[in-house]
Amino acid sequence: MAAYMDRAQNMDEKFGLNRKVRLLGPLTLSNGAQFAPLEFAYESYGTLNEARDNAVLICHALTGDHYVASTHPLTGKPGWWTRMVGEGKPIDPAKYFILCINVLGSCMGSSGPASIDPGTDAPYGMEFPVITINDMVAAQAILLDHLGIETLAAIVGGSMGGMQALAWCTMFPHRVKSAVVIASAARHSAQNIAFHEVGRQAIMADPNWQSGGYYHGDARPSAGLAVARMAAHITYLSEAGLTEKFGRQLQDRESKSFGFDADFQVESYLRHQGISFVERFDANSYLYITRAMDYFDLAEPHGGNLAAAFHGTKTRFCFISFDTDWLYPTSESRRIVQALNAARANVSFVELPSAFGHDSFLLDNPDMNRIVAGFLEAQQ
Amino acid sequence: MNDEIPMGRKIINHDAPHILRPDLAVIANNVRAGATALDIGCADGALMAAMRDQKNIDARGLEINAANVSAAVARGLAVVQGDADSDLAAYPDNSFDFAILSQTLQTTKRPDLVLDHLLRIGNQAFVSFPNFAQWRIRFAHMFRGRMPVTKQLPYRWYDTPNIHHVTIDDFRTFLKERDIKIEGEWFLSGNKLRGGGMANLLAAHAVFLLRR
Repeated sequence: MAAYMDRAQNMDEKFGLNRKVRLLGPLTLSNGAQFAPLEFAYESYGTLNEARDNAVLICHALTGDHYVASTHPLTGKPGWWTRMVGEGKPIDPAKYFILCINVLGSCMGSSGPASIDPGTDAPYGMEFPVITINDMVAAQAILLDHLGIETLAAIVGGSMGGMQALAWCTMFPHRVKSAVVIASAARHSAQNIAFHEVGRQAIMADPNWQSGGYYHGDARPSAGLAVARMAAHITYLSEAGLTEKFGRQLQDRESKSFGFDADFQVESYLRHQGISFVERFDANSYLYITRAMDYFDLAEPHGGNLAAAFHGTKTRFCFISFDTDWLYPTSESRRIVQALNAARANVSFVELPSAFGHDSFLLDNPDMNRIVAGFLEAQQ
Repeated sequence: MNDEIPMGRKIINHDAPHILRPDLAVIANNVRAGATALDIGCADGALMAAMRDQKNIDARGLEINAANVSAAVARGLAVVQGDADSDLAAYPDNSFDFAILSQTLQTTKRPDLVLDHLLRIGNQAFVSFPNFAQWRIRFAHMFRGRMPVTKQLPYRWYDTPNIHHVTIDDFRTFLKERDIKIEGEWFLSGNKLRGGGMANLLAAHAVFLLRR
């Protein structure tokens, strides 16, 4: 009875921290399949106003989650974007109703390969359908319908979150008043796909992966996932940033070991990144979400004409890139901006200097904050 | 065209909280209310903000300097970081009522091609530039044998962004050769409008309103 009451209360209180909801769906996926039921983990901050027009949807990156501005329950660390979201911050819960939804395919509470398939009462594993960024967005739209939010004052995302924001603007143009896209792209390049493939092969080469069916035992493909994370992590940084932080300095020793220990500081750093990642992330989710990103190409349904994807858009756009980001370089942002110019859209764009590569959007950058705050404020 | 501001009158008020550069004030005073405008080389968006606030103009900007773009976006303006020499091709024909190029022409690699784009993108175009034939500049050249450093052109020869200096007479000749119509012209000395007589010798700055 108590458990039932808890659940009922959780279901009734649609807004707040650490929410979970199961919706029947179904969701028609890009591959044509129907997926149901749909589980969502999400958080909201601030109050939805009476007109229901102050909602800001924040979309998280590949290995992110819905704990955008609250303490992560597994790591105990503050939310991943507390620099951007919070009282007195650019996205302020005093002004906006802020929502962050865990993506479809994740392992942090929304439906993903580790979720229980009601048909078999076992985890989906590789029976989980291959999804796309558009599928993630279509799922988010179903949750927004459930929450009674028709239009978004803004959608804000970095990296994969930026892809979701762009997909929102092309799939539901009338539901998005403005979009902030940071360090992102309208397609995954061959180089992006190549790095993801290295990560996936590392996971699949781990004997503990067992074709994705490892959930029944204790052993996880942790070594493979850690290697995937290490490779990916390099792409999030920049040579200048790595040199500044580590150079060729040795870790806890005076001289080289002439062996394969982590002699260099950068090696221990990467190993630490890999190890801490496997504690909070599921290897199969990593496979599915990287695949979704690889399939992303906004121009593809329009014969390669990106401007056509935005034809007639009324959304205001703001793009920010970083000069040392080689994963989603400025040229990719500029390509989208030029397409939006050709579509006569209202668009702003700036490349900001930063030493820290792709990850700059997660770090303190006063210019980025000022731009996002000013851009959002402009339509108030 | 220039009857909105009497000759010799100060066109900017230095007591005003937002001081607009004189050539920008001329443009802001003469742009049609409610129109759409693309400001190329918009700096921190001072003209765009004035046009928005005073004339209800839907303005977009293009600016090369990141700090300027940040400042403009933070004040709610739609500004894209980019280069007039390479990025104007992305804008479709006739997409704005006005295309504006203020004190930027002389910094472009190919001013002729930039002007072509300007008149393609806008139905009309405002172009403003410092007049390299003004007597002060001639004086520096003729008597001192030095490259001029003036209020309008405050750079030394080696660090100047101004790589294509132009005079009012050069510009008129160019327009004639290209069959571009002049629909308005304003000449400035400091922050005062002056007549067109001997403008090439006397004016420090010129503003033209053009149409294909």
